[in-house]
Amino acid sequence: MQNKSYGLTLFTFLVYLFLLGPLILIAIASFEPSTVLKFPLTGFSLKWYKNVFEVGLFMSTFKTSVIVSLLGNFLALLLGVPAAYALSRGSFRGKNTLNAIFLSPVLIPGIVLGFTLLKFIIISLHIPIYAALLIGHTVIMLPFIIRVIGSSLSNFDFAIEEASLSLGSSRLATFFKVVLPNIRSGIIAAVLIAFLESFNNVDISIFMSGPGISTLPIQMLTYVQNYFDPTIAALSVMLMIFTAVIMFLIERLLGLSYFTKR
Amino acid sequence: MALLQLDNISVAYDQQYILKDFNLSLEKGQLLSLLGPSGCGKTTTLRLIAGFLDAKDGSFRFEGKDYTRTPINKRNFGLVFQSYALFPHLSVYENVAFGLRIRKVKDDEIRKRVMKMLEIVSLHGFEDRFPGALSGGQKQRVAIARALVIEPDLLLFDEPLSNLDANLRVNMRVEIRRIQQELGITTVYVSHDQEECFSISDKVAVMNKGVIEQLDHPSVIFKYPKTEFVGRFIGFNNFITFTERQADGDAVLLTVNGLPFRAKKVPGMSAGMKGAIRPDDLLAGTENEISEGPNVLDGTVKVSTYLGRSYQYIVETALGEFTVNKEMLSPFENGQRIRLLVPPEKLVLVD
Ligand SMILES: Nc1ncnc2c1ncn2[C@@H]1O[C@H](COP(=O)(O)OP(=O)(O)O)[C@@H](O)[C@H]1O
Ligand SMILES: [Mg+2]
Repeated sequence: MQNKSYGLTLFTFLVYLFLLGPLILIAIASFEPSTVLKFPLTGFSLKWYKNVFEVGLFMSTFKTSVIVSLLGNFLALLLGVPAAYALSRGSFRGKNTLNAIFLSPVLIPGIVLGFTLLKFIIISLHIPIYAALLIGHTVIMLPFIIRVIGSSLSNFDFAIEEASLSLGSSRLATFFKVVLPNIRSGIIAAVLIAFLESFNNVDISIFMSGPGISTLPIQMLTYVQNYFDPTIAALSVMLMIFTAVIMFLIERLLGLSYFTKR
Repeated sequence: MALLQLDNISVAYDQQYILKDFNLSLEKGQLLSLLGPSGCGKTTTLRLIAGFLDAKDGSFRFEGKDYTRTPINKRNFGLVFQSYALFPHLSVYENVAFGLRIRKVKDDEIRKRVMKMLEIVSLHGFEDRFPGALSGGQKQRVAIARALVIEPDLLLFDEPLSNLDANLRVNMRVEIRRIQQELGITTVYVSHDQEECFSISDKVAVMNKGVIEQLDHPSVIFKYPKTEFVGRFIGFNNFITFTERQADGDAVLLTVNGLPFRAKKVPGMSAGMKGAIRPDDLLAGTENEISEGPNVLDGTVKVSTYLGRSYQYIVETALGEFTVNKEMLSPFENGQRIRLLVPPEKLVLVD
């Protein structure tokens, strides 16, 4: 009994080491003073952290990333909330097909989706790059929004909607006064998850960027193709902290178990 | 004129008719129950009245106006659901105030009416609780208060007590009846529980497969079911199918297998050939206690069970099996030959 639980602890430790090891290495390496990423460290310096803020393209692409993710999030909510509502509320013909279509971006490889968007929509409709990025990211986020809010709606008791109608409330007022407040946590979770998904996206963004307009992950990719200094490591650490803060918020608001339940 | 009138209503779910040529009318201030087994269309009828379902055919008139196409939120009907359907994000106070806020009632007026209603449903002091912190009975009281506070023109209940335990069910139904009578509010009440419906209703409509088989005062239905279905549903377990029937003054003479029976004639009696009798109304005795004659059957005790107050026997006779209840100190034995007497005034003829 004792041995068995020691073995299990060791195993768990190894799994964590495997998962977190590279992240820890990157974090340590970001403090390397020399111009090449190295381990073990030859000294200690924060200069690469400072450098992140001095590379103008990092700052401008960060701004683009945030704007695109936030705006796209908003658009995805506008489309996704009614869609999730219709999908879990209604029983109509073609519901399953529609469900599949809305979720397909999760199943189709991002490269394929990105290429298709570029080739058949962006280029043929002459859509400007910034708008293209926005469209791409809305498409990335939509399935997450629909899925997470849909799961929240599946626990929603539609009888309370009927109660509201019977008390004289219109359908629209009922949606805002009764449905929305009861799926609020689902909406917050959906927004945060979709944001992370969009913010970290490479495979679709890469088709939607162009001269002067790019997202942070794409910019990082370009950077590592040309430089080997620890700036990327420093930036990665900052992004990890950024992500951790968002995950912490999700955990605080809903508990992570929210996502593993279904 | 009736307050509520359903004329030849039909409702169908994907081509399948649940209600067909359905008729119902209800007077102001009355409580009408829809009673029937699960799946017979009670909820469908209620949802049609509430406005959640559209009639395929027919019309619904209320206070003389055509309500057939009136949207739910314009009907001013109060609804109480089996699942309570309280708003989980609102306090008891706000739950009850919901309908008044939509009606743009002034705050101090809302306060007065909500507090009075909470008083009526005995929930004074619970204003700030949330539904999650209430028991089933309390939730149902909030639901009733919420439906009543808007002063609805009609109150609709769909099996409101079926999620409560037995004792509470009895208390709550008395409560519902009290409030309904106190406020004089016209009510349609759906349940599959016979006792519940009979105890609180002015009228009961017994439904079977989307059709009302009998609509009458509870006491009339209890004594004189019109059809075999209604009889069975309310506890007439014994049926005799007669082959001859003729009138004889204030009695009806009936025959089956050469055995003569008499039944008392009552106004509006069915012209059917089936006789029904409750296990409690059938008399059982030894051959010494009951002598041969009309309305008497010879039989053998097949099964005997103890019900607490009485014994229940399944008795095999020339006309099939009969169920009879009898209070006695020492029961009949299995296989014992006994006689059954069918009192003429208790033998009811049904379709
Ligand atoms: N949404 C629906 N779609 C298809 N059939 C339904 C639906 N709702 C109810 N039914 C059917 O209609 C019949 C009557 O249902 P209902 O009115 O709920 O009965 P009750 O309330 O008397 O138990 C049942 O046979 C049921 O299966
Ligand atoms: Mg029902």
